Amino acid sequence: MSGTFVGMPAFPAFPRAAHDAVHNPVLRANLRHATHTIRARRAGAVAELSDWAELREAGRRIKDHTLRHLDRYLLQLEESVTAAGGTVHWAVDADDANRIVTELVRATGESEVVKVKSMATQEIGLNEALAREGIRAYETDLAELIVQLGEDRPSHILVPAIHRNRGEIRDIFRSEMGKWGRPAPAGLTDTPAELAEAARLHLREKFLRARVGVSGANFMVAETGTLIVVESEGNGRMCLTLPETLISVVGIEKVVPTWRDLEVFLQTLPRSSTAERMNPYTSMWTGTTDGDGPRTFHLVLLDNGRTDTLADEVGRQALRCIRCSACLNVCPVYERAGGHAYGSVYPGPIGAVLSPQLRGTGSEIDASLPFASSLCGACYEVCPVAIDIPEVLVHLRERVVEGGPAVRQGNKVVLRPAKGHAAERAAMRAARWAFTHPGALRAGRRLASRTRRLHPRTLPGPGRAWSGTRDLPAVPPESFRDWWQRTDGGKDGAK
Amino acid sequence: MSGRERILGRVRRALADVTPAEGPYERAVARDYAREHGERTAEETVRLLAENLADYRAIVHRCDAEELPLLVMRLLAARGSGEVLVPPGLPPEWLAAADPVRIHDRAESTPHRLDRVGSVVTGCAVAVAETGTIVLDGSPDQGRRRISLIPDHHICVVRVPAQVVSSVPQALERLDPARPLTWISGPSATSDIELDRVEGVHGPRTLEVILLGRPPSP
Repeated sequence: MSGTFVGMPAFPAFPRAAHDAVHNPVLRANLRHATHTIRARRAGAVAELSDWAELREAGRRIKDHTLRHLDRYLLQLEESVTAAGGTVHWAVDADDANRIVTELVRATGESEVVKVKSMATQEIGLNEALAREGIRAYETDLAELIVQLGEDRPSHILVPAIHRNRGEIRDIFRSEMGKWGRPAPAGLTDTPAELAEAARLHLREKFLRARVGVSGANFMVAETGTLIVVESEGNGRMCLTLPETLISVVGIEKVVPTWRDLEVFLQTLPRSSTAERMNPYTSMWTGTTDGDGPRTFHLVLLDNGRTDTLADEVGRQALRCIRCSACLNVCPVYERAGGHAYGSVYPGPIGAVLSPQLRGTGSEIDASLPFASSLCGACYEVCPVAIDIPEVLVHLRERVVEGGPAVRQGNKVVLRPAKGHAAERAAMRAARWAFTHPGALRAGRRLASRTRRLHPRTLPGPGRAWSGTRDLPAVPPESFRDWWQRTDGGKDGAK
Repeated sequence: MSGRERILGRVRRALADVTPAEGPYERAVARDYAREHGERTAEETVRLLAENLADYRAIVHRCDAEELPLLVMRLLAARGSGEVLVPPGLPPEWLAAADPVRIHDRAESTPHRLDRVGSVVTGCAVAVAETGTIVLDGSPDQGRRRISLIPDHHICVVRVPAQVVSSVPQALERLDPARPLTWISGPSATSDIELDRVEGVHGPRTLEVILLGRPPSP
């Protein structure tokens, strides 16, 4: 099974990748500017709704209930979509999904497709797979276009080119647009309005001649068979309505039971992601409609590690995610390290819990992701479906360090403890022994207090890496227990 | 084994801890949130709609049935569009005074042909005051989805207060999921450059909303 970023080199562990990013002043400034802009605006948009807590709880419960009866709702969805004139396909993994989409495009006789921004198709590396079969996929979302033209990698769920500032975007448009179609207008400046206009002109001809569209979906309604795409620019509407054939690749966790459930997410998603009361455009379609939009509609339901994630009783809550990216925007680690360090299309806090579950913790990057957090909890606070990301992070850390049972590609496996955590395990074993032997603990404490002037500022040997990024705690001259005994709990104001 | 059977089998094995005793959907999902936010008269709701539309850079007008043809004529003239797209069931009196050539959308109209038309006039299915949203459902006075997408100038007529609801939950109640739906909140925009909203990408860059129906006289 191929993972994400097909054809790319293996990703270094998070600390190494982040090390370069935090020393890049342009990247730091771009990320700081963007995340701080959106943070305050999101808080304002959320504060407008007095029942935010209730909406969040309802969203959590809808998603949880659906996940706990996922087989039933998937079957109901299949039935509704089919009844409305669509065709449903099931893809076990990325290769499976890419093969299905490639065959569907081939059957149309076309060699190019226009794409709506979609996390699922990025996750499976669809563009690269299509390119290998001679099919050109044009990204039409502005940020995806910037990434595609710049031969870059996405670094944010909502705004994949968040690491680029307007000057860099202008340079990419100027030098690359001509290779893909209509070149950038002469004298293009870096004002956002002009950049948007350049994208409009460049993509117009592609939309108007497009015969095949490829999309994801934000939600799928089981009872009606309706798919929903939430967007801003209108590129989604173009791809969803102008082509003859529409192929939507959607993760199985995107299903919700009823039409009514949308009343929750259409309130929480726009406010959480772009801090708007409502995003400019939302498209909803149910199968095909005579005389309006595509005549052929295919829905490819994607597993690719989702059922493995579902098997983990703690970790499965990550499947509630509606991809709003609020957790990225508030995360102090994301703000400094940037999205590329996470080595996945899902960066930030949600990526740190999603990627190691979807892909397993076998690679260096995936084993390091659960540690890419200070556990401050800001992500949980802003999550519109209340995913307790810190809880899942700690759970995954334990799995990496201790190993244990897990499900990979549908099979039960027992993971071995990861290498590189030997010192940590030894320290924990020593701590367990000390805390269960009060005499030894007392003696050790006193020894530490008496030798405090001799303590180094960093640890020697295997502890060096640990203390390289942390201050060692100063040892007090007297332990709390000794102080308590000497002063009888601080009575009479004794020091 | 087919992909379908494999995925469903994996789902069922993954959910071994879920017992049949778990409550049904109705009990599992608490809906303690509000049906709408705040209490308003019908006229206040219309005013909130106007405010929120304008906040996202839609241009809002208000008139009665008698004034409508002249207003539409004025807006089209100001825009300078030579042609205006017309959905099949648009009330003819709306355009009674308009000068531009009416282009009636037909099945064989190609996207390239529609791209040469400057403006489009449509009705709507429902409008949401709290979010400043208009929803099109492909009814005869709104036409195919593409006609309100390709021209750069969209004039949308909302009958007030009849077509206005306060909130997203109320809007969903009125809509038919079987129809192709487009929710529009302001002109097309993007947040992709430094996470700040900029108007104008692929959809109509100018959205004018006409609220049809005068406020009741005091």
